[in-house]
Amino acid sequence: MVDTKIPPGAADRTGSHTGKSPAPVKGSKRTWATAASGRTAALLVSPTLLVLTVVVLYPTLMALKESLYGTKGLDPQTGFISDTEPFVGLQNYADIFGDAGDRFWNAFWNTTFFTVTTVGLETLIGVAMALIMHRAFSGRALIRASILIPWAVPTAISGLLWRWIFNSDGIANALIGHQVLWTTEGFHAKVAVIIAEVWKTSPFIGLLVLAGLQVIPKEVYEAARLDGAGPLAQFWRITLPLVKPALLVAVLFRCLDALRMFDLPYLLIGAQKNSVETLSMLAQNEASNVRFGPAAAYAVLLFVYVFLIALGFVRLLGADLVGDVGGPARTKGKSRLRRGSIRNSAEVPTA
Amino acid sequence: MNARTSRVLQCSAVLVAAGLVLTACGSSDDSSSSGASKSPSFSGRGPITYAAAKDSSGVVQKVIDSWNEQHPKEKVTFVQLPADVNQQRQQMIQNAETKSDAYTVLSLDVVWTSEFAAHQWIDQLPAAQFPLDKMLKPTVQTGQYRDNLYAVPQSSDGGVLYYRSDLLKKAGVAATPTTWAEMKAACAKVEKLPEAKGMDCYAGQFQKYEGLTVNFAEAVNSAGGVITDADGKPNVDTPEAKKGLDFLVDSFKDGTIPKEAITYQEEEGRQAFQSGKLVFLRNWPYVYSLAEKSKVAGKFEVAPLPGLTGAGSSSLGGHNVALSSFAENKATALDFMKFFTSQDTATTFLKDASMAPPYEALYDDQALVKQYPYLPVLKKSILNAVPRPRVVQYGDASSAIQQEAYAALNGDKSSAQALKDLQDELQKSAAQ
Repeated sequence: MVDTKIPPGAADRTGSHTGKSPAPVKGSKRTWATAASGRTAALLVSPTLLVLTVVVLYPTLMALKESLYGTKGLDPQTGFISDTEPFVGLQNYADIFGDAGDRFWNAFWNTTFFTVTTVGLETLIGVAMALIMHRAFSGRALIRASILIPWAVPTAISGLLWRWIFNSDGIANALIGHQVLWTTEGFHAKVAVIIAEVWKTSPFIGLLVLAGLQVIPKEVYEAARLDGAGPLAQFWRITLPLVKPALLVAVLFRCLDALRMFDLPYLLIGAQKNSVETLSMLAQNEASNVRFGPAAAYAVLLFVYVFLIALGFVRLLGADLVGDVGGPARTKGKSRLRRGSIRNSAEVPTA
Repeated sequence: MNARTSRVLQCSAVLVAAGLVLTACGSSDDSSSSGASKSPSFSGRGPITYAAAKDSSGVVQKVIDSWNEQHPKEKVTFVQLPADVNQQRQQMIQNAETKSDAYTVLSLDVVWTSEFAAHQWIDQLPAAQFPLDKMLKPTVQTGQYRDNLYAVPQSSDGGVLYYRSDLLKKAGVAATPTTWAEMKAACAKVEKLPEAKGMDCYAGQFQKYEGLTVNFAEAVNSAGGVITDADGKPNVDTPEAKKGLDFLVDSFKDGTIPKEAITYQEEEGRQAFQSGKLVFLRNWPYVYSLAEKSKVAGKFEVAPLPGLTGAGSSSLGGHNVALSSFAENKATALDFMKFFTSQDTATTFLKDASMAPPYEALYDDQALVKQYPYLPVLKKSILNAVPRPRVVQYGDASSAIQQEAYAALNGDKSSAQALKDLQDELQKSAAQ
């Protein structure tokens, strides 16, 4: 591997914040000051924590609680639905292993399949886009802007646009010269969703990778060229390792997004189509049929699934999401660069 | 790092505790008010609201304005809900689940009555106070749950058969087909004409959505079958129902219905008919005025739906108005509902927004028939109509129908197997 040590100037530019948390100094006065500032800090973040409690924690706990309740029953005598939902414990969760589980597992595999295929394709195309956007050539601004257009189109609109394209006498069929009924059940429906999803979200990965590319110092490439590395070697040994942190964050974000995919298959193919039903669509369908218990259980399972994937990413691939919790085991230069690049890239999607 | 971790744990423990307190607060009033009174009293006067789909014609606001002029102290506010029916239903259910009084009078799709009534989200209404005897009987049935009135018909709708009268005439088909066999025979003649080259015979709505439920129910009913019997029990695994489903399945197989019709909703079918690709089309009356402005203007006519041995029966569309159980000022609301479902109001809706009225007399009004030539056919269609299954879990029933009918149309299942599975599914859903 090419040595990726970078000049001290660059390190300061990218990661100067790392030196700002000095070890606690011994001495009562200093400790008192730290405790006081800690209290001030707690006070200052408390509004945020309160908001998070109300908008994140409370709904999550309510969903957990709701998932333990069953469906309201119908009284055959009066013809009225009972007022209260029966407490069923973990029955809703146990049901996915029973008869009603077929639909859940179908949705589960659809979700997983879509995530793996779309994120895989998006990564390849996104990196290619980033490499193109990174090149200096005339009309670069135009190319960058046009690559970003699909990302700017709201998913609902792009779902409708692709539905026209995949219509029985739409453009897609005219291009391939053969009538495929894309919106019917079958593997082609999955293909339609994957094409539309990849079209829409590859620019996202492209954008984050571009931000990662821009913080790689030119000197590294110059040194590689002097050592006689060809373009392919430069890509594999310099570009890819250095852009990996940004790429991992992008892929993680996309995975989390793809796992809760809802609107595109819903609009493009339609609700309750077994071929494309995802976990989010299943939960929505249950909720819309006034079965809030099972709906909440599916939503909780999706939440756990997403959580495990995120955790796996952080653990296995070392995606350094929270810059400040960097482990001491890493070499200094590397972790500085990593933090710097993520900080830069993480600002992009919110802009 | 350890110290940091433990602080994080502490923080989250506090948060969890706070959340639990909130949860406890939230759940305290769960099981308090049980069993709403069976005979609601309509008391209280004052401002109310009317919740319905977004109205692009502007007639609803016009009608409400005329009410507001006469009742300055009992004004009605029009709450516009999304145009998508599922979203309307969801917003109304959310409103009911939180026992909010934001919506007073609800505009319900005809298939929601049972569900809303069984959940006691809407009040039972005094049937004697509405002119139900002047309305077409099937429309009134859609507002009933267990023989009690819960919703009053405001508009109706039925399926009709659009056909290319010019081509039928040229091919020497004298009488309009009234049975499926006659329709197929007429198609065979028409398709020999040089100008009908490449045309397909028939289409309806066969995409996997509510439209498929409608078309399946029509096929089954037109062959003498039922989906649910008079007591609301599923009874779809019958030879009659099989004949109905077989008509659709065989038509797909022999090309009477084009292959791509499996992706058709209302609009795709209308476009195919308007561009001259179809001889026969099953659709709603709204197509009439649009087709009059298209390539096929003056070349088509409407007829009642065909059936197995005679005229077929349509599914019923349309909207009813109901009174939210959690609303205030119910006396005003009841008066407004009477006004809103009156024959005068229905005439306005028909004239200005071409909404089919529930009142029988309007279908025979010569001036109106001149404006809407399809009215006599539509009247027949509605009179022969069978409401879609009136079950509490309508969403589940409709999903099951779509699932099985779609599998049969695609050839994934035999029609006998599909009906057997559908019967099982419907029984399971009814037992819940």
